[in-house]
Amino acid sequence: MSIEALPAGEAARADGPVLQVDDLSVTFTRRGEAPTRAVDGVSFAVDAGETVGLVGESGCGKSVTSLAVMGLLPRRGVRVGGSVRFGGVELVGAPDRTLRDLRGADMAMVFQDPLSSLNPVVPIGTQVTEVLLEHRDVSRGEAADEATRLLDRVGIPDPGRRLKEYPHQLSGGMRQRALIAMALACSPRLLIADEPTTALDVTIQAQILELLRELVVDTGTALVMITHDLGVVAGLCDRVHVMYAGRIIESADRHDLFARPRHPYTGGLLASVPRLDGARGAPLTPIRGSARDTIPWAEGCAFAPRCDHAQDDCLTEVSGSTVPLEHDGPARELRCRHPLRRPPSATGATASGAAR
Amino acid sequence: MSAAEPLLRVEGLQVHFPIKRGLFVDRTVGHVRAVDGVDLAIDRGTTYGLVGESGCGKSTLGRAVLRLVEPTAGKVVFDGTDVASLSGEPLRAVRRRMQMVFQDPLGSLDPRQNVESLLSEPLRAHGLGGGREGIAAKIRGLLDAVGLPSAALRRYPHEFSGGQRQRIGIARAISLEPDLLIADEPVSALDVSVQAQVVNLLEELQQRLDLTYLVIAHDLAVVRHISDVVGVMYLGSLVEQAPSDALYDEPLHPYTRSLMSAVPVPDPEVEERRERILLAGDLPSPANPPSGCRFHTRCPWRQETRCDTEAPPLRELAPGRWVSCHWAEDIRDGVLRPKSPEEVAATQGVSVRASGAVNPETDALVQGVDTPVERR
Amino acid sequence: MTAIGDVKRRRIDELAARAGQVPEGEGGVSLTRSAFRRLRRDPVAIAGAVIVVVFLLVAAFAPWLAPRDPLAQTLLSEIRPGYIPGSREGFPLGVDNLGRDVLSRLIVGSRQSLLIGVVSTLLGAVVGMAIGVLAGALGGWVDSVVMRFVDILLSIPGLLMAISISVLLGQNQYSLVIAIAVTQVPVFARLLRGSMLSQRNSDYALAARALGVRRGRIVFGHVLPNSLSPVIVQATLSLATAIIEAAALSFLGLGDPDLGRPEWGAMLANAQQFLGVRPELAIYPALCIIVVALGFTLLGESLREALDPKFRR
Repeated sequence: MSIEALPAGEAARADGPVLQVDDLSVTFTRRGEAPTRAVDGVSFAVDAGETVGLVGESGCGKSVTSLAVMGLLPRRGVRVGGSVRFGGVELVGAPDRTLRDLRGADMAMVFQDPLSSLNPVVPIGTQVTEVLLEHRDVSRGEAADEATRLLDRVGIPDPGRRLKEYPHQLSGGMRQRALIAMALACSPRLLIADEPTTALDVTIQAQILELLRELVVDTGTALVMITHDLGVVAGLCDRVHVMYAGRIIESADRHDLFARPRHPYTGGLLASVPRLDGARGAPLTPIRGSARDTIPWAEGCAFAPRCDHAQDDCLTEVSGSTVPLEHDGPARELRCRHPLRRPPSATGATASGAAR
Repeated sequence: MSAAEPLLRVEGLQVHFPIKRGLFVDRTVGHVRAVDGVDLAIDRGTTYGLVGESGCGKSTLGRAVLRLVEPTAGKVVFDGTDVASLSGEPLRAVRRRMQMVFQDPLGSLDPRQNVESLLSEPLRAHGLGGGREGIAAKIRGLLDAVGLPSAALRRYPHEFSGGQRQRIGIARAISLEPDLLIADEPVSALDVSVQAQVVNLLEELQQRLDLTYLVIAHDLAVVRHISDVVGVMYLGSLVEQAPSDALYDEPLHPYTRSLMSAVPVPDPEVEERRERILLAGDLPSPANPPSGCRFHTRCPWRQETRCDTEAPPLRELAPGRWVSCHWAEDIRDGVLRPKSPEEVAATQGVSVRASGAVNPETDALVQGVDTPVERR
Repeated sequence: MTAIGDVKRRRIDELAARAGQVPEGEGGVSLTRSAFRRLRRDPVAIAGAVIVVVFLLVAAFAPWLAPRDPLAQTLLSEIRPGYIPGSREGFPLGVDNLGRDVLSRLIVGSRQSLLIGVVSTLLGAVVGMAIGVLAGALGGWVDSVVMRFVDILLSIPGLLMAISISVLLGQNQYSLVIAIAVTQVPVFARLLRGSMLSQRNSDYALAARALGVRRGRIVFGHVLPNSLSPVIVQATLSLATAIIEAAALSFLGLGDPDLGRPEWGAMLANAQQFLGVRPELAIYPALCIIVVALGFTLLGESLREALDPKFRR
């Protein structure tokens, strides 16, 4: 599955990344309350044909990041800072009209809950053709033909009949496929998938992941995969950004990250999930506390209260500066002053080596 | 009672929910066979893991054991007593010895009760604990056992994190010193980093209190981690049961195989190497299950004979290894090769599709099977 | 390590110890208390509460607040057909066609209007909730029978029913209260029953059953208290409608026949004959009705928001 071999990917790469996010911040302000910063200085880039994973637990800001990129956050009570460049066009502060034209046509999104993302009173077919009619210069008949082709491509059997059905008549997996078909209607250059398989069973999840994998290879779409499931990341993403409390704390290529996690949080996550292929009876090493036990980044590393490696200088009052995201070897970045040591290279080829 | 007698024995358990429809008077137009003839036994001090996808009836089974839903047929023998025939006070007394941990820790705690009231209620209901002071001491002991400070007593469920709430749920379940603990998806609502805490707590409590567990979950890795014996359910029946290690080393039933190949492993090396068995289509409706082997509509190993017509019994292939597949030996020995999902779909024609197309209601029913609520 | 270093080292240890512990600071805030906290911060709720409290205080202390006897007829010499004197020294809102001080009548009238509103809503809520609990707790055929009856009541327009009942029961203030209460009953019954049914299927009710808690205790100790929030909200909103209905019935002449007790609805009815001469006479009681109804509505709406689980944090 060599993505580099694709000419489409090569061409797009020459113009720079499809999506370039720089220092993105999102602040929620509610009347009478202190503003909360959900996303804090997040930067990443996605090339054509590349799959980038944003990983983290609930509340880490990964979904807010994706909504900010799509320009889907409400205008009231939300401040978005930094820069989101899509194919060279700045999206932060762009007029609604520009965003609307881009969404659906050039960038698309798939959500966690396929039922609530589909309009319950409109047949699937109409919902797919609507996207086509909105963004492409086609007649109704052509749009219907194209919709049939799309459903067929995402693996919905008997697509001609499915088009006339309503969302509740489809199963969860079929709905998610229909949503992906809608997202793909105008061959977007960027697809953001926000926990697309969390609501699905594992066998259906495997089908959907396989579909996404094929799409990236076939069309050279840039895919941003947002998930909490490290297993999904391990099978799908080229590059992974681990988020915690609104910031990226570790970035690395997939193989590198799982073989040698450097941030104690990443390592802790890997050590705390039981593995299907691991030795049974191996004790799990949980991370203590919960995502609520954080300190503001201004006071120090947000993970410090839960971290076994934390030392005095993880706090701003001791070190005099906040913990920066720094270069950490080739194609790696890390926000940690006391990272996990790299395991001896030969033995620690797999992630289990990191399970302290 | 001999020591060999299992603590819990389920025999031929069936739970069917009527599908009612009608303008003025509800007529029963069919049944959702949520649990359709399950036999299993759990030895004292062991953990039985029940896995399956949503709609397979595993939660209903757990609730039927506790008589939180009424079994349609079959026996639930707990320590020599048939629970399915009890009612009133004797049932309440048996329930003291079988407790449940729920999936949603917030939903299963009354939002208006503080922790003290939550934990003392079961003791009071059964007249245990020995007065006000006895109960207070007992509650402190419980909090200590699940790793919560006594400062938690005055707080309300909404003031805790998910993991802490699940600890409260566990503390409440063990407050009556039960013999059997049924944990229905005990960690699936929790954040990844917190799941391990709860899993470890459950293991520790089992050791200390000599508990027997029935753990119901969709996460195979979690079930594998804590179970001694694992049962795999598909559409209301057990398709395979085996000691945990044996099952994961060599799954025998085609469904177990595809289920295990579908679980993502957090290791890119493994992910790239492993064989993936993708299943065709979706779960058929339990209101109208396929004939013969229920898995035949999606099975990559389906054969022309027997599979469509003859329901395979659960048979013991090797000691402790039960499987309900006609071709289990041939599949194990590699005589039969799996077909691709496209081929399966092609041979199955229309029946492979999501059941929703045939009957608009069925899909909702499939999803609702785990939560039997009144349908109107 | 210097002393200051030790202090800082202790700080990180503290942080580590805190992880996984129950948050510090004041805790033990029940849902009701946190709802009240949210309510206190909500300007809409405060506005509603201020209006309601002011009117309640006025009603409570009406005899002492009213500058004059609401029945005493003065300035009669100036009243003639087609002319009613306006406001003047000592009569800030003027007098009505019988020469009675309007301000005093409004103040004393608030008692009657509010009393009928509050008593009838209370009565309606209590009876309705009793029916709702019966249906919600027992279920089955009791539920079906009771709810069909309630549906029939619900299908009759409220005011129409109130009119029929107060005509049937004869003209006095008790029949007025009963008439309005009856129109409120089905609303509360349906609301509480629906709320209880959904709570009965909730996980915590199931959990209580699994723990062996007795049925009665589950229904009255868990299900009922958790079903009350929509009822409380509805009661507040119903107060507004009850006051309006009371005024409407009085306006139609079905109110309290005792002319010795001024009432806003009756004042409004009386004033409509003189709309061309002194429209203020109608405007003042109408404003009172609108403002007090608005006060209860604002309070009810913000209560709904405060009690809504979506807003819990």
